Amino acid sequence: MKPPPFTYRRAASIDEAVALLASDEVDAKVLAGGQSLTPMLNLRLTRPELLVDVGRLPGLRYIRRGDDGLHVGALTRHDQFEHYPAPLDGFDVLREAAPLIGHHPIRTRGTIGGSLAHGDGSAEWCILAVLLDATITAVSGRGSRIIEADGFFEGLFTTTLEPDELIVDIHFPRPRQHAALEEFARRHGDFAVVAAAVAFDVEHERVTDPRIVLGGVATTPVRCRAAEAVLDGESPTDDAFEAAGRAVADEIEPPGDLHAPPEVRRRMADRLVRRALRRAADANREGVSHAG
Amino acid sequence: MQDDETLDVMVNGVSHQVTVPARRTLADLLRDDLGLTGTHLGCEHGVCGACTVLVDGEAVRACLVFAPQVDGAEVTTVEGLAGDDDRLSALQAAFSEERALQCGYCTPGFLMLAEDHLRRSGSSDEGEVRTHVSSNLCRCTGYAGIVDAVCSAAQQRMCPVSDGAS
Repeated sequence: MKPPPFTYRRAASIDEAVALLASDEVDAKVLAGGQSLTPMLNLRLTRPELLVDVGRLPGLRYIRRGDDGLHVGALTRHDQFEHYPAPLDGFDVLREAAPLIGHHPIRTRGTIGGSLAHGDGSAEWCILAVLLDATITAVSGRGSRIIEADGFFEGLFTTTLEPDELIVDIHFPRPRQHAALEEFARRHGDFAVVAAAVAFDVEHERVTDPRIVLGGVATTPVRCRAAEAVLDGESPTDDAFEAAGRAVADEIEPPGDLHAPPEVRRRMADRLVRRALRRAADANREGVSHAG
Repeated sequence: MQDDETLDVMVNGVSHQVTVPARRTLADLLRDDLGLTGTHLGCEHGVCGACTVLVDGEAVRACLVFAPQVDGAEVTTVEGLAGDDDRLSALQAAFSEERALQCGYCTPGFLMLAEDHLRRSGSSDEGEVRTHVSSNLCRCTGYAGIVDAVCSAAQQRMCPVSDGAS
């Protein structure tokens, strides 16, 4: 349970980090908070020759609410969302989901950029990035590019990020009136067996632009477009939420493993989606009554 | 390829300069290089929490941090809890009092996890304490004693009882 040998370099600037990553001669990997990479190294599931520690890069740890939505620096730790001192109007699902990530000593180190780059299909940040139409800014020696989260996750621990690219910023462009994430885990802090995240707005008492994203039902977060279509334009009532849950169950093809067979995951997805939709709808009602 | 890294780290108020392979975890650095064997290793991949220590005042899993990452940091281990005269801290005494340990293997990790809780929130709310200690695994006690001990230590911090009164 000791990691394989590697060379360690601590980058002092983004330029230095991407220069180190650009080397063709060594297999390099970015080390941020290390809460996913280090277990993989200890279990010898990966053997990079060079670790580029970006953990101390300045200026990449921020949560900034502005006119164009929410910008989050790649090195922002999970617990910074948990303890963020003000509401994130329209993005509060990020704060609510943060305590579900691992345990406290994981959240003091783990980063949002690291979680996205790691690309675990049941990770809260990966699910929420797809849910909230996030874009990910990655830089390399070739310049910077903006990648849509929907499509970023390709497969098991695999993203469209190039080996020499470093995530620097995550942009959540659009606040949502209603959003919630519900998950089932065997024990608090475990990876979710199934997680369901939903977001929608309500205009003239009709659901508009719904998003339903599932984790734990494939190797990547899964957007349930058929179920979104079922919900779109409906009145935000239990009947519509139940129909959406059923549509999700029909749409997904979950795997079976020792945690749950496919049928259990399918039922969980159905119920968690209904629960998330109800909670998302309720949250706003409470908010309105408080404001009134 | 593999290089050694030289780093400065303050552990329980004592500064050390060490040169170790980069892959040395903080847990192994403490145990093997600094002789502080109070930090225990269970799973070595971030699941059990036995190796929990404080880095710059925050609970971290020492098996998930590489030595070079704590260059310049301040680390507190279980050896740093007791007073100079080896008198147990109030938290340690509460663990003893509430029977929060049996075999003792997980105890250093739980103590450091609880120390983080006392320093940060300090709440004696049972639900909050339960959520916090759910980070770590204990296979002996069933956790009730651990929760009681942390709640009791939190209450003592809020309303300290003088030695004479106890």
